[in-house]
Amino acid sequence: MTAYRLATGGLVDRSHAVRFSFDGAAFTGHAGDTLASALIANDRLLVARSFKYHRPRGIVTAGPSEPNALVTIGTGERRDPNTKATVAELYDGLEAVSQNRWPSLAYDIGAVNDLMSRFLSAGFYYKTFMWPAAFWEKVYEPLIRRAAGLGRTSLPRDPDSYEKSWAHCDLLVVGSGPAGLAAALTAARSGLRVLLAEQDFVLGGALLAETTKLDGEASYVFARRAIDELQNHANVTLLPRTTVFGWYDDNVFGAVERVQKHGVTIDPGKPVERLWRIVAKHAILATGAEERPLVFGGNDRPGILTASAVSTYANRFGVVAGKSVAVFTNGASGYRTAQDLVAHGIEVAALIDSRADAAESAPAGVRLVRGGSVVDTKGRQRVRAVVTDRGGFEELIACDAVAMSGGWSPVIHLACQRGGKPVWSEALQAFLALEVGAGLVTAGAAAGHYRLSECFEDGARKASAIVESLGRPVAGFERPSIGEEIDPSFTALWHVPGAKSKAFVDFQNDVHTKDLGLAVREGFGHVEHAKRYTTGGMATDQGKLGNINAIGILATMRGVSPADVGTTTFRPFYTPVSFGALAGTSVGEHNMPTRRSPLHGWAARNGAVFIDAGLWYRSSWFPKVGEKNWRESVDREVRNVRENAGLCDVSTLGKIEVFGPDAAEFLNRLYCNPVLKLPVGKARYGLMLREDGMVYDDGTVSRLAEEHFLVTTTTALAGGVLSHIEFAAQVLWPELRVRFLSVSDQWAQMSIAGPKARAILQAVVEDDLSPAAFPFLAAREVRLKGNLKARLFRISFSGELAYELAVPAGYGEAVADALMRAGQPHGLCAYGVEALNVLRIEKGHVTHAELDGRVTPDDAGLGRMMGSAKPDFIGKRLSTRFGLTAADRAQLVGLRALEADKDMRAGAHLLKDGAKPSTLNDQGWVSSACFSPTLGSHIALGFLKSGRERYGEKILVWDQLRGVEAMAEVCDPVFVDPENRKLMA
Amino acid sequence: MASLISCPHCGTRAKEEFFIRGDATPVRPAPMAGDDMWNDYVHVRANPRGRIREYWQHVAGCRRWLVVERDNFTHEVFSVSDAAAGRGGER
Repeated sequence: MTAYRLATGGLVDRSHAVRFSFDGAAFTGHAGDTLASALIANDRLLVARSFKYHRPRGIVTAGPSEPNALVTIGTGERRDPNTKATVAELYDGLEAVSQNRWPSLAYDIGAVNDLMSRFLSAGFYYKTFMWPAAFWEKVYEPLIRRAAGLGRTSLPRDPDSYEKSWAHCDLLVVGSGPAGLAAALTAARSGLRVLLAEQDFVLGGALLAETTKLDGEASYVFARRAIDELQNHANVTLLPRTTVFGWYDDNVFGAVERVQKHGVTIDPGKPVERLWRIVAKHAILATGAEERPLVFGGNDRPGILTASAVSTYANRFGVVAGKSVAVFTNGASGYRTAQDLVAHGIEVAALIDSRADAAESAPAGVRLVRGGSVVDTKGRQRVRAVVTDRGGFEELIACDAVAMSGGWSPVIHLACQRGGKPVWSEALQAFLALEVGAGLVTAGAAAGHYRLSECFEDGARKASAIVESLGRPVAGFERPSIGEEIDPSFTALWHVPGAKSKAFVDFQNDVHTKDLGLAVREGFGHVEHAKRYTTGGMATDQGKLGNINAIGILATMRGVSPADVGTTTFRPFYTPVSFGALAGTSVGEHNMPTRRSPLHGWAARNGAVFIDAGLWYRSSWFPKVGEKNWRESVDREVRNVRENAGLCDVSTLGKIEVFGPDAAEFLNRLYCNPVLKLPVGKARYGLMLREDGMVYDDGTVSRLAEEHFLVTTTTALAGGVLSHIEFAAQVLWPELRVRFLSVSDQWAQMSIAGPKARAILQAVVEDDLSPAAFPFLAAREVRLKGNLKARLFRISFSGELAYELAVPAGYGEAVADALMRAGQPHGLCAYGVEALNVLRIEKGHVTHAELDGRVTPDDAGLGRMMGSAKPDFIGKRLSTRFGLTAADRAQLVGLRALEADKDMRAGAHLLKDGAKPSTLNDQGWVSSACFSPTLGSHIALGFLKSGRERYGEKILVWDQLRGVEAMAEVCDPVFVDPENRKLMA
Repeated sequence: MASLISCPHCGTRAKEEFFIRGDATPVRPAPMAGDDMWNDYVHVRANPRGRIREYWQHVAGCRRWLVVERDNFTHEVFSVSDAAAGRGGER
């Protein structure tokens, strides 16, 4: 046992034991621990195997930049892979397991990769798995993915809920350390709406691990007092456990709040995570600075941590990684950690400073090695000794933990996500985010102000400037008196020369200095190339820890400044965000609204089988007892409509009311056919084109009054046509006096079709429906028995005597039920969209299966509709282009199958009889196909080159996807009642 | 792309409330204008880097068609106005 919990100290609640397990073994920690601190307290330093070489790895940091300590937390459907133990809040019953090892962490077969590492250099995959190309997908990639791995996600459906929320504020403060608290207090006292977000579960940031006294008290006491004050400001919202992951346009920030990720029991009434979109007038980034690891031989052994992590574990959590700690530093921070260790009574094996001329002095009794460096480490599953070198003199120093400090990098990730480039500061040997945009400033250590006093002052100063810019008086913030503070200056040391073993730059992706050297030698020295070539910075930590050293090493190798190397591109997300949070409530059936027709209940009572059709839930067919498949039901429904009558729900059609003195003129320009002289009380089929002359949508236009029209659209384009109409009215012809109202949902509409439709409908409608009183294409308000006002249209999609009856949506089911009762003696049946489709194919009516955006009115056989005499309509000018009027265009035809056992399907190609099946011989395509119970054979609609001249020709219907070749005869697309006798009855 | 659009009728709203049609520069030619003018209007678009004008419709709000003037490189929005403004139409 070497890592352990100190007898006293830290902010954990020692009276509150928390039980958890790691790889099946039971452990105990305290409330206030992270999983990482609790593992260290239990001497579990080996927590992972590395990605590529399967090397034993331990905890390196105490925060969100952790590259090694990725574990899977939770079981079953609540299993979260790749969770950083260093930020995972410990809770009672937490179950964690390690990843990327087999059979166990201590004995991992994959570690053989480490011995083969000279064959696994950078670019290895690119060079090795090239041939044969077909092997990549089936052989190489699955193998590599299995061998090199992270945690595996859970396959069962996530049982928890997530939600999204908007927040608005004057000032968003990211980070609750000294700069963040000073900024938040200044803004809060000045009356600003403040939102303070902190990724940690405790607010206070660096103050929680600080040993310096503030106003004579422990720094965490000061932090708590500041937070208490903020909590009491009504204008302040505190968001702990909230990571701000992205900065977007207009100063909108994305953040994820872990609402219930810190307990076994989940309250189902609350989300487990909440995705925030924060609209901030201003934002202050007070995210602190990240301590750099040092790149020396064997720097990845368990027990080697950053110096600040060692201090944080000791000061905040009361745990230490070893009993004899070697400190390796290039600046003042290593001295501070040595001091912290000594204060806790822990032995410092040696303080090794790479600088020969450092001014700092070691704590009393600590051996200081100035101008020395660590070139190797010893130990297997944890560090046992370091090999130091000073001027060629090597020495083995025994220790059981190493604290390394390579200097500091401001955490500027968010500030650089919108294109602002980081600027190299020679003085700080670090990249800063300066002037990245008016809405965001960095403060404190994130701005390169490392001293505690500077952090407080900078936070307050930046917030004051924002308060002033909003035209408010600034309420003061007096920084606390500070006991002893250090200036963590350092001399850059990008890597330690003379490493005796692999010196890792990117721990998570196993990239070491030699990989970078190879990248430079092979011409991939540009920072973006080196990243892809070595995979440095491409792991889930996105190089938070390692990138800066990689840049420094590339600069050294290329003989330039880090300023010339630059950084790779910063993009959201700062840390990984769960898919659950991003999906929010849009899951499963909640992904989009379930849109039910007002006649849904009627259809359900009549036994409908429903299908999802676009936005709608539509009745597809109505099976009767004894029917063995859908075709039997559909065939019966079709026959019954042709012989008796049927009732079909057509409520899903788009319905738009058009009003105004210029309504007729407007519609005349919108449709390609004339509308101006449509009489009141009449309906007309209407065809809308796009400006390029192709058909856009079809429907009916009914004139209900001189200045009042009702137009219908297809179900699919109901929304699109409304926007199209609005564009025409608002942008193309704003001078026309016309107004619109979508009433698609306000009316239940049913089609009553068949020879007995009039008799059935007359039983329900007061008005006279005789052919003279209500002829074909009549459209007007009628009164139903019982005095309900309705709209009746004598229009037909099936080719039968047919009406469409529209009643206010709430009356739909009652009217449909009444019609079913009235229709019973006449043999009325309910029919669904499948039968509707067969009926219209038999009659040669087109839908969007035909009107697919490549079809002109003439192609569809509707050329006679074109109101060429009209001065203007949308699509008129380009519809006369040569290409759109050529004689060999594909034209709508009917196809009658010549072989009874072979059906046709939409998408099949049409070829000349005897032509070799090939798209080179393509003559057209099938757009809709069905079995026609009326004709007793398979029929189809399709488009065929010069089709109207080719009626009677035998043609090959070639369906390569299904491997079917069928012979068909080309015919008129109207299969049923071409003289319209039934229609006009 | 902006995150927020200030609709002149509804105020500042999330961009998800809007539908973007595209370039607002082309003006529909007279019905009998030449082939080239109509071809340009329907098919030809410049693809500039920088300041552009686009038609956006506030579909989840007032349903008015708007002209958004913005920079497609910096994402700055310069103005949002009703498309019918200055075209003789009512607003």
